[in-house]
Amino acid sequence: MTDNNHDIEQPGERVPKRVIGTPSHAATGTPLLGAEERTGPAEVPGVDLQDEATAKKGERIAAFCFLLTFLAGIAFIVSYVAFQVGDLDSAATSNLALGSSLTVALLALASGIVVWVRMVMPKYKLVQERHEMASDGETRAYVGETFLQGAAESGITKRPLLRRTLLAAAAPLGLAPLVLLKDLGPHEYADFPKKLRHTVWGEKTKEGKQRRLVVEGTGAPIRAADFNSPGGILSVVPEGYEHDLNELAKSTLILIKFRPEELKSGTNRNWAPDGIVAYSKICTHVGCPAALYEQTTHHILCPCHQSTFDAADGAKVVFGPAARPLPQLPIAVDGEGYLVATADFPVPPGPSFWERGDAEAEAREKGGQS
Amino acid sequence: MSTGTVPKPIAGTSSFLDDRLGAGNFMRRNLRKVFPDHWSFLLGEIALYSFIVLLLTGTFLTFFFKPSMEHVIYEGSYAPLQGIGMSAAYASTLEISFDVRGGLLMRQMHHWAALLFVAGMMVHMLRVFFTGAYRKPRELNWLIGVGLLTLALLEGLTGYSLPDDLLSGAGLRITEGVAISLPLVGTWITFFLFGGEYPGEDVISRFYSLHILLIPGILLGLISAHMILMWVQKHTQMPGKGRTNKNVVGAPFYPAFMAKAGAYFMFTFGVIALLGTFAQINPIWLFGPYTPADISAGSQPDFYMGFLEGALRLMPSWEVNLFGQGGGTLPLSVLIPALVPMGIIMTGLAVYPFAERWITGDNREHHVVDRPRNNPHRTAIGISAMTFYGVLWLLGANDELSWVLHVSLNWTTYVGRVLVFVAPVIAYVVTYRICLGLQRKDAAIIGHGVESGVIKRLPHGEYIEVHVPPAQDIEAHMRGKEAVPTLPGAGNGSDGVPPKALRGPIGRLRAKMSAAYGGEKIPLDDGHGDGHGHDDHAAVGAGGDDKPAVH
Ligand code: HEM
Ligand code: FES
Repeated sequence: MTDNNHDIEQPGERVPKRVIGTPSHAATGTPLLGAEERTGPAEVPGVDLQDEATAKKGERIAAFCFLLTFLAGIAFIVSYVAFQVGDLDSAATSNLALGSSLTVALLALASGIVVWVRMVMPKYKLVQERHEMASDGETRAYVGETFLQGAAESGITKRPLLRRTLLAAAAPLGLAPLVLLKDLGPHEYADFPKKLRHTVWGEKTKEGKQRRLVVEGTGAPIRAADFNSPGGILSVVPEGYEHDLNELAKSTLILIKFRPEELKSGTNRNWAPDGIVAYSKICTHVGCPAALYEQTTHHILCPCHQSTFDAADGAKVVFGPAARPLPQLPIAVDGEGYLVATADFPVPPGPSFWERGDAEAEAREKGGQS
Repeated sequence: MSTGTVPKPIAGTSSFLDDRLGAGNFMRRNLRKVFPDHWSFLLGEIALYSFIVLLLTGTFLTFFFKPSMEHVIYEGSYAPLQGIGMSAAYASTLEISFDVRGGLLMRQMHHWAALLFVAGMMVHMLRVFFTGAYRKPRELNWLIGVGLLTLALLEGLTGYSLPDDLLSGAGLRITEGVAISLPLVGTWITFFLFGGEYPGEDVISRFYSLHILLIPGILLGLISAHMILMWVQKHTQMPGKGRTNKNVVGAPFYPAFMAKAGAYFMFTFGVIALLGTFAQINPIWLFGPYTPADISAGSQPDFYMGFLEGALRLMPSWEVNLFGQGGGTLPLSVLIPALVPMGIIMTGLAVYPFAERWITGDNREHHVVDRPRNNPHRTAIGISAMTFYGVLWLLGANDELSWVLHVSLNWTTYVGRVLVFVAPVIAYVVTYRICLGLQRKDAAIIGHGVESGVIKRLPHGEYIEVHVPPAQDIEAHMRGKEAVPTLPGAGNGSDGVPPKALRGPIGRLRAKMSAAYGGEKIPLDDGHGDGHGHDDHAAVGAGGDDKPAVH
């Protein structure tokens, strides 16, 4: 770093030749690194100094901005201490105080620096040379030779035993992390796609009774006689699983009361006691709860991608990307007048998956839902 | 004027470091590294600084957030939810919002910064695309950029799911529904991701480690590589006076660029703070805890997921069962929208530089960027792709569209199904024409000069407006234009046997594409000598010194 008085590139380095606008090489002389003194940049091409009046004005404006940041910074700290949180309103007040002081502090700092650059620092139009990215032919040749030489020296080319055993050594070691990931999955594999086909609606309760339909949220069982206004709907979950999210993700129902004459052939009337029909609420597209119901048209609408199902006609798809109807659950009224499930869904509810197959055809063959 | 001596403490430290690292050599080469200036070069910086804000605010959030799906009864200070069962994750997000000073601010800033991060990246990428800044030698940095964008979408998706509120749960459910639809591996992937059936008890903590460790780690690595490559290859510059492929014209890193970058960081940070203060975002306390049985109507994903949402909405209900009852279910109404648009866009982005190089045969380094009009096919392809994306994106909010425009929801979908194919084609044609129109305008300015507003009466009584040559820098900017290269032998006028690479069906296609894509559509100097011959039409010379002297 001492002998800088020439314009020759250092070998092997991409040292730009003189950058116009940098101090001359003689002057570069590493004063930053402790040398004595350096002579001034004076008039350098490409560095257009600001006139003193502008610079002075810039200095004042920038200083004002920095002062603002100083004050806003203090305001931030004060706000932290002064405004406690603990409910919606106080959190909002604290947010406002902290946020606006932080905003002012940052924006003032930004403005100050911009003014500094624009009004105090020179206008620059420096020119620097570019070099092709590629190294020259000689370098490439040298690297190539060195590579071959090294490979030969290491023996990797000459000694196949070494090479092959090394490869063999790496393979299982590389697989090890993948193997470690196995326990991310469920522990019993044999039946895991089958799990998607079953819900608790197909299981009796602990007492050996048919499982009741209960209202989502309150958990109240539903007396058929009370659910009697046509067009009424309820969101329903299985008794005993009101808070089991895994179960809710498959078993939630939408319960709709029809006048008998409204029901069309798609709906299985044997499963519709008193005109009450239960469909899976889990959209057959990608699984959002199909939660909207339009009484006049009997349309169930999924808010996610607007699949629309005709509830009066077996919840068949009338619009949107869902490809299959919402499965209907076989329900009945038990001895005490409550709605219960008599069996599981005839087909798996929810989104499609590879192993699912044409479950609808299968169900038809078994004489279930159309 | 003397610049004086370096103050003792700084000189001391520098000597210490230089003695040990030889840092002086690096400093000597780089302190005055020249950075060209153009407003569009700041777009990438928005993304960079947003990422830093994400790291800062995100780290704060990790101190309070509990990534657990354990069921708890909420007893915090937000009255409407007291006594309600929810996951610990949701409860802790409520706590951050209401019981931690600055917590709400940090949450909102984090979310706004995430939006700005992705938006900044996208706009930056468009800038790079339309100016052809991805060309040799910068293809690798372009690929890193494509990787960054993909990872950012994943990072946003995992982050969005963490608070475990009803809205984020809807997003998670859609993610699951899409994943499980994949042929052959879908069920396995979801069971592994969720540790069993959906939603299980694991996904939040798994997403958490992805969101705060794995993905940010990779992002940080890629961003660093992106910066290093940019530094080594030097920034591209706009065409203009004195700017050539062999130089960089601009301001030095130290002090000007450094200060400007600092200011710009503070500015980005400040705007995010402003948004976090005054623009409420993701008020999770309004949505309630997640349950797969419910959904809040009108739920919308963050904007960067909108195009996938739109694609899902657009699709007709197609599904096939390959093996009948035996399985092999292909829910095309999920698979196509989930994979195809994203696939087209990301793959298209990744291969574009290489495809363009193959078609043009242009193997030179490019450091002066194109003005978008000067490569009309590229610009038209870009706008066409943006239109494709845009239609899907708009359709992602078709319920709102139908509300605002008073048309039926179903019609927005039907129209969208047509537009998604037709609009990109129209956009292509229109853009192409606009580009040529703009080129003609440039040629006219170079040929005839600009209207000066001065009216002059000629000896024979005619009035004309005096044209003067355009300002030097504007002319230089225009003259930076260069014909899009074509393969040798690809031009329609070329005689003789085509070169070997252009024979055979693929070769002929390549030659055809090359001829269509490349070439000079509107030569700049066509305006000359077209017979008007008014003396007052400024004779604008070829501005010798403005043309890059060396190539
Ligand atoms: C780099 C890109 C990143 C993106 C796009 C992103 C995006 C998001 C989003 C959208 C949310 C939901 C925010 C909300 O509640 O409204 C979120 C939450 C969160 N993020 Fe990030 N994030 C990023 C980086 C990080 C980093 C680096 C960390 C930590 C070091 C982090 C930590 C968190 C935590 C703890 C939460 C949950 C807390 C909460 O929601 O209140 N994020 N992120
Ligand atoms: S999840 Fe119901 S339409 Fe997509």
